[in-house]
Amino acid sequence: MKFTFFHLMPYRPLDIVERHKHRAGWVVLPNALYDPKKGADEYASYIDQLAYAEELGFDVIAVNEHHQTAYGLMPAPNLIASALIQRTKKAKIAILGRALPLVNNPINIAEEFAMLDNLSKGRIITGFVRGIGNEYHATGINPYFSHERYQEAHDLIVAAWTRPGPFAFEGEHYNFRYVNLWPRPFQQPHPPIWIPSMGSSETIKWAAAPERKYPFLVTFSGRDLVARYLNLYREQARQYGYEASPDQLGWASPVYVADTDERARQEARAGIESLFNDFLVVPWEMLLPPGYTSLSSMKNTIKIRKSLGSNARHSLESLMEAGTVVVGSPRTVREHLGKLRDATSANNLVVMLQFGVLSDELTRRNMEMFASEVMPHLR
Amino acid sequence: MREIRHRVQDCGVRLLRDGQGEPVLYLHGAAGLPAWGPFFEKLAQNHDVLVPEHPGFGHSDNPTWIRNVPDLAMYYLDFLDGLGGEVHLIGHSLGGWVAAELAVRNTVHVASLTLLAPAGIRVKGIPSGDNFIWSAEEAVRNLWHDQTFAEAELAHEPSDEEADIALTNRFMAAKFGWEPRWYNPMLERWLHRIDVPTLVIWGEQDKLFPSAYAKAWGERVSGARVEIIPQCGHRPHFERLDVAMPLILSFLSGGRR
Repeated sequence: MKFTFFHLMPYRPLDIVERHKHRAGWVVLPNALYDPKKGADEYASYIDQLAYAEELGFDVIAVNEHHQTAYGLMPAPNLIASALIQRTKKAKIAILGRALPLVNNPINIAEEFAMLDNLSKGRIITGFVRGIGNEYHATGINPYFSHERYQEAHDLIVAAWTRPGPFAFEGEHYNFRYVNLWPRPFQQPHPPIWIPSMGSSETIKWAAAPERKYPFLVTFSGRDLVARYLNLYREQARQYGYEASPDQLGWASPVYVADTDERARQEARAGIESLFNDFLVVPWEMLLPPGYTSLSSMKNTIKIRKSLGSNARHSLESLMEAGTVVVGSPRTVREHLGKLRDATSANNLVVMLQFGVLSDELTRRNMEMFASEVMPHLR
Repeated sequence: MREIRHRVQDCGVRLLRDGQGEPVLYLHGAAGLPAWGPFFEKLAQNHDVLVPEHPGFGHSDNPTWIRNVPDLAMYYLDFLDGLGGEVHLIGHSLGGWVAAELAVRNTVHVASLTLLAPAGIRVKGIPSGDNFIWSAEEAVRNLWHDQTFAEAELAHEPSDEEADIALTNRFMAAKFGWEPRWYNPMLERWLHRIDVPTLVIWGEQDKLFPSAYAKAWGERVSGARVEIIPQCGHRPHFERLDVAMPLILSFLSGGRR
């Protein structure tokens, strides 16, 4: 397996009592709650953690993009990627991902990725996403056209990387007389494109298409859904007439390892529960703005939501039970991850070893334990 | 009241129609085709009332070429060409925006224009309410001033079909109203082109489009009469039928240019 150390960079000093006086930890959360002195320290700690992951033998270190939220402090993840290039030598650096529909000029994204690819001499992995629903509130971009803009921006970026310029791009949302990238990407024909997704069937079908074969990552989902979506991708590939390579399959999960199951639960609890109950949770009007998913997907989501009951607090135990998070002794964690790997043949494991309010000290211990007690056994 | 499938170009829409007299075309708001209640019944006593369900909403077709409100306005110009003659055009909220976009383009088929808390313009410094972030309950409460209307609406448990239609309509609300939020930056500078008698009605306590917007409409549409109804939210013709109906009926009978 290949191991990716993934970071959200949450704002841990958040006043949780204040946060719950507001609709969400996103978009409407007053930024007076952000203290730049504390925030600057957070950036320094997190960049240290990402650089340390290379030392510990992770294959990939990864960042991502979110806007106007304490959940993640990377509205411009390429800035962090650029810093990481200077701090590391051999690890791949993944940006999982940039939210394509949110920009009005996707050429900027193509240019920035091409620059990073040159600066790192080919260590960049890109991720193409649509951003979560909250992002459409934060940016004002119309969610109804999110899918269209995503497809078109993707086509434009890949063309900018691969087609000799200058050429003209004529789309519905994007139109450019001159597309002529300087610099061109370092990797040929272009940097890898990964598709992190909650697993919509439309996305699976699109990512698995023979002309793309983009590695697919199921994010923030319980073990059953991870297995289901990865197997859907494999099935889809077969329908296209090829066998999906294990490198095309992966999943992302918060993981915490300590000597014993009990100690792991004790140390991980505050971090995990704050991630799901304080940082991530938003009302569904924000998470799923109209048009963000297809009408039929939205109907299914509403049905599921009705049957679950809304606003239930997530406990560490319920998240472990569903397999959304993996917490335990090295043996417990190895077994859980090994089983899922065997059930899906996935070769990419993306772990989030800092989550919510988890401290620097516990994060480092978690990283070391994972690298020494789990990674070698799953490789 | 009859329910008809009405076809213009490649787009069939559901059309409710009743009454006799001068035709009235009512363009509904983003919540979708309203129930045929007292407002329409009263209007239909002396008028031939036509209430189409906009393309994309409810059971109407959703052609991909209708991508924004100006497209919708052009659709209704074709619609009016098909009817022939003149209609009194009444538009509420999103429908008011469509009516105004239509009227700045061409009023050959328009006898008069009644705008009920229309979307379509932006008044700087006075943002519209963010109905896309409101919860379902907030959305209901914020659209009525008199909360007994809200309580009644909230007490109603929608059928599966009603819930599906509401979701479809919400998608259309985003398509037409998300960005720029509920307005077209070009519309305001064309409003002088509206050359038919115009009545603007607003609820004083409208939490979606504040009643301060009424003044801007009055200034831009030449000769427009502006009426602000006290103790009233975003649906003046439903919430304060007692005040709105006489205003509208006297305006409609008031004649021509």
